[in-house]
Amino acid sequence: MRAVSPAQARKPAPPIEGEAGARARLSLAEFLLGTDEARECAQGTVDWLAQAGARRAICALIDGETGKVKDVLARGVPDSQLRGLTIALEDPQDPLVFALAGPEPVPLSAKRRRPAIFGRDDLLALPLPVSEKREARLGLLLVSLAGGELEAQARWAAELLGQKLSRLRSQTALLEGEHRLARERELLLSIINASPDPILLTDTEGRMIISNARADALFSAKDGESEGRHRAVALNNMLFSATLSQQAIDESGAARRELLLVSPSEGSDLLFELLSSVVQHPREGTCVVSILRNVTDLRAATEQIEENYRKLKLAEADVRAERDRLDLIIDSVADPILVTDPSGKILLMNSPAERLFTAPDDPAGNDDAQRVVRSNDAHFSSFVTNLFLTPGAGMRWRAEILLTDPAELQPLPVEAIAGKVLSEHGEVTAVVTILHDRTEALEKARLYEQLKAASAQLEERVREATAELVRRNELLQRQHLALEQGSQLKSQFLANMSHEFRTPLNAILGYTSMLLGGVSGAVTPPQKVKLERIDSNGKHLLSIINDILDISRIEAGKMPLHLEEFELPTLIGELLAEVEPLLQKAKLRTVTEIDELPPLLSDRQKVKQIVLNLLTNAIKFTPQGLVRVRATTDADECNALISVQDTGIGIAEQDHEEVFEDFRQADNSVTREYGGAGLGLSICRRLATMLGGRIELQSKLGQGSTFTLVIPRRGKRR
Amino acid sequence: MSAVAETPRRPLVLVVDDFADNREMYCEYLSFCGYDVIEARNGAEALEEARSRMPDIIIMDLSLPVMDGWEATRRLKDDDRTRMIPVVALTGHALAGHSQVARDAGCDSFLAKPCLPDQLVAEIKRMLESGKASIEAKR
Repeated sequence: MRAVSPAQARKPAPPIEGEAGARARLSLAEFLLGTDEARECAQGTVDWLAQAGARRAICALIDGETGKVKDVLARGVPDSQLRGLTIALEDPQDPLVFALAGPEPVPLSAKRRRPAIFGRDDLLALPLPVSEKREARLGLLLVSLAGGELEAQARWAAELLGQKLSRLRSQTALLEGEHRLARERELLLSIINASPDPILLTDTEGRMIISNARADALFSAKDGESEGRHRAVALNNMLFSATLSQQAIDESGAARRELLLVSPSEGSDLLFELLSSVVQHPREGTCVVSILRNVTDLRAATEQIEENYRKLKLAEADVRAERDRLDLIIDSVADPILVTDPSGKILLMNSPAERLFTAPDDPAGNDDAQRVVRSNDAHFSSFVTNLFLTPGAGMRWRAEILLTDPAELQPLPVEAIAGKVLSEHGEVTAVVTILHDRTEALEKARLYEQLKAASAQLEERVREATAELVRRNELLQRQHLALEQGSQLKSQFLANMSHEFRTPLNAILGYTSMLLGGVSGAVTPPQKVKLERIDSNGKHLLSIINDILDISRIEAGKMPLHLEEFELPTLIGELLAEVEPLLQKAKLRTVTEIDELPPLLSDRQKVKQIVLNLLTNAIKFTPQGLVRVRATTDADECNALISVQDTGIGIAEQDHEEVFEDFRQADNSVTREYGGAGLGLSICRRLATMLGGRIELQSKLGQGSTFTLVIPRRGKRR
Repeated sequence: MSAVAETPRRPLVLVVDDFADNREMYCEYLSFCGYDVIEARNGAEALEEARSRMPDIIIMDLSLPVMDGWEATRRLKDDDRTRMIPVVALTGHALAGHSQVARDAGCDSFLAKPCLPDQLVAEIKRMLESGKASIEAKR
């Protein structure tokens, strides 16, 4: 408000006393009430005093902060004098300072030497406000007292102005405080807004009291912003409150935890680290200061690091396993493996190598073993050296070294194969050597030599044997030839013999027959009997010759088979007709039991010869009774069975086999009695075999015999 | 044993055998039985007799000196004049194949020794009958 001083308003000067005086005092009071500025108040008061009659009135305002004179306002004083007014506040001897500090208004005598500003009149110095203490004095009012009632007026005006100044001062102080507070608050807010982390002050329920811009971005939404943002903000507030309450606000101070929020602008998840601490506020009570730190990226980074670490661990484990495997492999190789530096110093070796190049840890001190190990070492070193010295050794080098087994003290020839290990720059960093035990190989070579010698020997023997074999073979061939010739000769001999026998027999039998036939006239009965003897013996001789010839032919393989189909009943009929005279002569009955059979395929002539022989035998050896001829097939109808059964003398069990042998009858005595050369059954058996069959015999001595010819119904040419 | 007395000409039989006993025995019996008989001791004689006398039938032993029976038979059968005369082989060679060899040589019949005289006569009769039949058939 712009106050108008009373003088400027050209109001009439206030009367000193009475009603007029009261009105004058009221105008000053009103002016002061309506003015809020210290200088104007002071000017008004000075003006009023001048109006009241004071020739001079001066008001010095003192700055409460600095304690120095701030303004000097005066009436009745030339401006030039006014500028010279100073109050040396630090000088206690200065009458103005004294007046300012004193409890009462102080008269300043005009007799004393003083600045021109005071004029010639006595002055009354009134401290403002009077009632206050010296430190709180805000100014000094100097009034010339020339004039009757002026002192009282000055005292009152000083009282009033002092109060006003005091009030103004405290008002100013309040305003300044408010301004400072607002500025500090703005600063504070700009500080917390400057923080990249959301910062909130909330009550314990999580309701916002103060928040910075970052926090607002997460936790507040204005009307008109998107629905999504409103929802995200509501969710964030809920999550935040929940987290705070879960925290159960540890009174001891800051608590730290993770909080997952939603970004209202992007909708993505944001992970925060929540630092909250409880503060006690005189008015708000218990509050919580929370600082959120975005650790989304941090968490991702942490996870990445953990993942990397895990991978590293795995890789390390792999490498370790690989190395263990390699160790295992190297150790499991039965051959010694050594890694040396180029000078031959051993860097690494596997356990088989250790056995050769490390002295056994024997407290007794096996000198031999020590010596052997040193010797081995020397041999090996020289081998490695050769690798470098030998021109053209190249990357690989192979040599044989004679080592010694330290344990057995036996010579150990080994084949050493060395390879150079090169660095990136092509320098030899190490030499890897594998030793291979040659003992076995040498032994094998020795055995191989032996084997070769033995083989050569064997070959020689085989050659000899082969030669011998060839020789024998030739011999055999010659013998075979001789045998064949012999066989040929035998056949020829037999043929000749047969011919030579038959030729005289032809004459004997022929002439006998002629004599008996009466060609040379009648013969007497005794002559006839003798001729008949000649005839029968001649015929017997002929049958023997025929039998021998048959056996010879069979054995020489010159008895051909003539397979043909024929009816068995017809054949048996022919046979019975042939032996009918013999049967009648022996007075034997015959019985035939012939099944109906399909035609046989066999050699009819030979079947006939066999059965005829069986029949004549049966008749010959049966004094009385009957002869039974039976023809049938066996169970599976493969074979035809032709049996001739008699009631004759029979054959003892032990002779069953003998009767089929050459020149045999069961009993030699019988041969004489019954005649025959004993070749019949032996020929029968041979012929049956030729036909693919056999002859079976069932008989007991004195109980007759049954001979059965068994032949295939469909014979095969052999 | 009836003789063939009524026939206008008695059949002429040539008996070839080197063994006199057998030859004479057969000759005697054949004469006794009514045949005219001539003899030969080997194949060459047999050929000569056969060509000169033209017998009705020849009894031929096979193992003969000078010329054997097979060769003689072959020649007889190669000769147009004597081809018609039946030849009965009579031999002590009884081994298998002998009869076949004899037939291959041209023998018309085969008898193995020992052969009784009456068996021989029966065979001659049979051969002459069948020969007559075949001649009549040709006519």
